[in-house]
Amino acid sequence: MRWDLPVEERIYPGTLGCQACGGALSMRLALKALGDDTVVVIPACCWSIVDGPWPVHALKVPVLHTAFETAAVVAAGVKAAKLQQGKDTTVVAWAGDGGTMDIGLQALSGAAERNEDILYACYDNEAYMNTGIQRSSSTPLGTWTTTTPNERPETRPKKNIMEIMAAHRIPYAATCCPAYPDDMIAKFRKAKEMTGTRFLHILSVCPPGWKMDSEQAIEVMRKAVHSRVFPLYEVEGGLDYTINMWPQYETKPEDYFSMQGRFKPLLNDPELLAEVKRQIDKNWNTLVERHVRTHPRFPEASPADR
Amino acid sequence: MGERHLLTGNHAAAYGAKLARAEVVSAYPITPQTMIVELLSEMVATGELEARFITVESEHSAMAACVGASAAGARAYTATSGQGLALMHEMLHWATGARLPIVLSNVSRAMGPGWSIWAEQTDFLSQRDTGWMMLFAESVQEAQDFVIWMYRVAEQVLLPGMVSMDAFILSHTSEPLIVHDQSAVDAYLPPWEPLYTLDPAEPRAYGGLVNRDHYFELRYKAYEAMDRARGLMDEAGREFGEALGSAYGPVEEFMLDDAEYVFVSAGAMTSNVRYAVTQLRERGIKAGLLRLIAFRPFPFEPIREHLAGRTKVAVLDRNMSPGHSGIFASEIRAALAGLPGAPPIFGYVLGIGGRDIRVETVFEVADDLVTRDDPERALYVGVKGLPIGPTRPGTVITPLEPLEGVAP
Repeated sequence: MRWDLPVEERIYPGTLGCQACGGALSMRLALKALGDDTVVVIPACCWSIVDGPWPVHALKVPVLHTAFETAAVVAAGVKAAKLQQGKDTTVVAWAGDGGTMDIGLQALSGAAERNEDILYACYDNEAYMNTGIQRSSSTPLGTWTTTTPNERPETRPKKNIMEIMAAHRIPYAATCCPAYPDDMIAKFRKAKEMTGTRFLHILSVCPPGWKMDSEQAIEVMRKAVHSRVFPLYEVEGGLDYTINMWPQYETKPEDYFSMQGRFKPLLNDPELLAEVKRQIDKNWNTLVERHVRTHPRFPEASPADR
Repeated sequence: MGERHLLTGNHAAAYGAKLARAEVVSAYPITPQTMIVELLSEMVATGELEARFITVESEHSAMAACVGASAAGARAYTATSGQGLALMHEMLHWATGARLPIVLSNVSRAMGPGWSIWAEQTDFLSQRDTGWMMLFAESVQEAQDFVIWMYRVAEQVLLPGMVSMDAFILSHTSEPLIVHDQSAVDAYLPPWEPLYTLDPAEPRAYGGLVNRDHYFELRYKAYEAMDRARGLMDEAGREFGEALGSAYGPVEEFMLDDAEYVFVSAGAMTSNVRYAVTQLRERGIKAGLLRLIAFRPFPFEPIREHLAGRTKVAVLDRNMSPGHSGIFASEIRAALAGLPGAPPIFGYVLGIGGRDIRVETVFEVADDLVTRDDPERALYVGVKGLPIGPTRPGTVITPLEPLEGVAP
């Protein structure tokens, strides 16, 4: 396998990201794909900090910081001005899971419904990490956070933002994670070439929030993909599904959960764990059905999926 | 010279944005503002206005889109009212901190509950501390002209500005006005030349984390700019007269020369106050009027100059800060504090929720003003069953009683 990763860096070393921050790594890879003619809009999220305090700045492209719930629409405003000025700059909204799935969902839905010409990237670390690990609507069932303590861990499954975005019938929505940089860069490149609202959902490891060692950051994201907890796929036009990476079935969800302290209440509750695994299976089977419907000849799937 | 037209206040505001060559308009429908953005969307659709029109899903997003567009160097405009302005509040602060010269027209209306779409200025005045420049239009001509005047000042000081137009009384009333020649407006308001435009060739970050050792200075610069706007607003108002026919300033004086009893008002109610003042003069009462046009920056000097030495001053507030007084009354008392010859300020609260402020209402206030000894903090005018006076704890009032002398 030959990787085609651009050598240009558009992020300076020494950001304020925590050790092994998935968000910082994701930004590095995304900007490799997007190039110099890019503007990034950042609402309140870890990246408000990671970019550095005034007057320093971690990126080699302009960044417009904005309020928590406004990433999508501020990006749309920037894009409107750029178009009015005859410029073809790529405008990226770069938000966390809270800024995307909770407080920013209204503005995101509005922008997607209008098919604003923006690329929206959600780096999803599955809780409010910047404020100190509080649950968001992206926090998975059975997870510990500081607002879902061990005595009453998260009671609801993770919000399926990809289905919400697909329901807007936007040109492109895809999942990716920086443990697979070739896949991630390919998706950002593909998205960059399209017009209209493009949505990239990035699983973004957070060692302090996930209660794990930072040297396992890449490994844990790979396990998320291969255990089918976070499959890598894309949705075009809201209806056409393609699974981009077929999992290695020897990886079990427990292999992913057991690397992280946040899943302790889940692992200590066999019934809850069984329920979570049922949901993982159902979600995966639904995804495979949609892939098969889109690709009737079904060439990519392994025999186990047939 | 422009052309004489008959337009509503709302359509005049849309012409203001058009003549100012707004490049991005972002808006959400709300009564009684909607006609402004309906007309602008038509102008954009037909190419009469070369702009992008973003039909956002909320007023919060309307202001956020303006923030994005303005940060990228486009002249951005929106219009809203009441609840919508309240929803924008967070982004109003953002626009100021980001030093973006956005202009908005607000059709000032009462806040719910109960739902009311009628005239009141509390929505507008609640944005007092956001750092926006604030003007009150009285006429359809001003609804148009103040948008242009505001852009001229806003782009000099890099602060946003909002123009108040009273719901229905101004927004939906048709009056003749001069729609200015585009070339004359272009000469008065040249294209904005922003310092920064989110240019990838200059990869800077805007609006990020600021520590305690820098924030105060960045805000101080915005405070200083607002003070600087005071003189620039005067200058731009005078130049408006030279370029486009009618000069504007932060206040308007009417029959003030020898006036003993001065009324202070803002917005569309002023027309009735002005007429009432002429009638009071005929009755032998030396009345005068000071109209407030600029609320931020606050015109301290003209207010002190015009109010010092008067017998009594009646401030007419179509707004209220509960637990304090009408907002203009408290601001004017503060402006006069320590001034030799400062008159007593009688704060009258009236017209709440669109209750009519008629010429007769001003006469009632005048009678009360002349006879009342103590300048109360807040004197309520027209509450059913109550004479003009301060709140009376324990008094039963009857909202369902019909309003005397007024068709329902």
